Amino acid sequence: MIVKTIFSGFGGQGVLMMGYSFAHGAMSEGYEVTYLPAYGAEVRGGTANCTVAVGDEEIASPIASEPDYLVVLNTPSLYTFQNRIAAGGLLFLNSSIISARPSRQDMEVFAIPASDIAEELGNARAFNTVMMGAFLKRTSLVKPEIYLKSLETVMGSKKKAVVEINRKAFSAGYDFLKA
Amino acid sequence: MNSKVLMQGNRIIGEAAIRAGCRFYAGYPITPQNEIPEYMAENLRKVEGGVFIQSESEIAAINMVAGAASAGARAMTSSSGPGISLKQEGISSMAAQELPGVIVNMMRGGPGLGNIRPSQGDYFQATRGGGHGDYRTIVLAPGTCQELADLTMDAFDLADRYRIPVVLLADGMIGQMMEPVVFKEPKPRQYSADYVLKGAGTGKAKTIKGLILDPLDMEEHNWKLDRKYRVIAAKETRCEIFNTDEADIVIVAYGTAARVAKGAIKRLGDHGIKAGLFRPISLWPFPTEELRRLAGTRKKFFVFEMSTGQMLEDVRLALQGYADIAFHGRPGGVVPTPVELANVIVRQYRRDR
Repeated sequence: MIVKTIFSGFGGQGVLMMGYSFAHGAMSEGYEVTYLPAYGAEVRGGTANCTVAVGDEEIASPIASEPDYLVVLNTPSLYTFQNRIAAGGLLFLNSSIISARPSRQDMEVFAIPASDIAEELGNARAFNTVMMGAFLKRTSLVKPEIYLKSLETVMGSKKKAVVEINRKAFSAGYDFLKA
Repeated sequence: MNSKVLMQGNRIIGEAAIRAGCRFYAGYPITPQNEIPEYMAENLRKVEGGVFIQSESEIAAINMVAGAASAGARAMTSSSGPGISLKQEGISSMAAQELPGVIVNMMRGGPGLGNIRPSQGDYFQATRGGGHGDYRTIVLAPGTCQELADLTMDAFDLADRYRIPVVLLADGMIGQMMEPVVFKEPKPRQYSADYVLKGAGTGKAKTIKGLILDPLDMEEHNWKLDRKYRVIAAKETRCEIFNTDEADIVIVAYGTAARVAKGAIKRLGDHGIKAGLFRPISLWPFPTEELRRLAGTRKKFFVFEMSTGQMLEDVRLALQGYADIAFHGRPGGVVPTPVELANVIVRQYRRDR
């Protein structure tokens, strides 16, 4: 089994952090992982994306020509990547700021009002962690506690309040898909 | 104590180098390897005797490495394509002076300034010496982040053992990607360091130089270097042979291209084609004998590179007409998908039959 996920959005939204923390969590779960960021002329406000491959066997290519899962945080990312998802794939989008929906019918779409949820919790910037909550709820690739521990590790010496808000944001996203 | 960590390729090189005892780094920024100097700037100052210099140019950096090596330090510099070209004068000097040192090249699309995407166009430059004069450098090509860590450590050992510049040849993709890695313990250093300049003392005066005006003396120096290169060629080849036992076709690829090839091999199985992989890890010395042995039983070889065909020449030299060799290349900074490579190989294979 090898599954590939692309995280994409504006630079500064935290897409690379999402991919990094997810890859770290998957490693802690005992999976083989690769994390490949788009690099080069990326700037804050420009587009950023990364590809994470998770598997129980050696991962040959870290590139995803047909990702199984796609997590998009802004509209340009949806347009860029919607046609690359494998048939039957899953698409997670931040419906607070993306009003467009893909025209393809051969994939499952999860619209999560992540920015609104995060704002209600008191920190709009934690919306990417809301998305991660929903993403891991549906894909079950990393257990919540393991992911949150990884998130803390990769965030390094951030303040306790930041860790706390991210825990809440994760739970909110995780619970959102239950309904 | 050495647990698994998730790290970016470039930073892994920095960490592995410091663990291997690298105490001097000089470099000048260029994408896609900037995280190496960044890591060294942050971490060399934390170890005793560690020196980091962001030099005024690539040429200055390699000459500083030569200077540090003369004084006995394990020293490293890193760059990409255009910057590596600038360092060639210094690498040639180090080869002449028999100074150890590690040079990292995170290849990008060329020639010229080219672009910053992953490429394998610097194979000729790396494996043919690169600068002027009759010399070789050891060239190691990692295919995974774990190998990046292991080969960085080995590079320092080989450099010291043979008093030779060692090139670590990877590309922007391996440099930028993250994979779990476990850092191994560095090997004990058991090399003579009698060439090292330690300042005025009571011992005999020593000189490290590359200017030898008498042609007969220079000839003798060339033959001395050549004898060393022959020992290296006999003892230091490395390769991975994967899935070749039943293979109808053997793909020959290194570094990132080998990863794409491994992905393609799986898909070729779905087309009913059994494919294996021969992956040179040391590009110089090239694992000629190992490849030739394979040609005893396997007759179809397929070289795949992210270039117009450079390692292809070494494969031809190794196989000497004893097997069919096909080629597929994507130069200029393109990393093809395993699906594309598999399709190309399927077409080739069916045409041949």
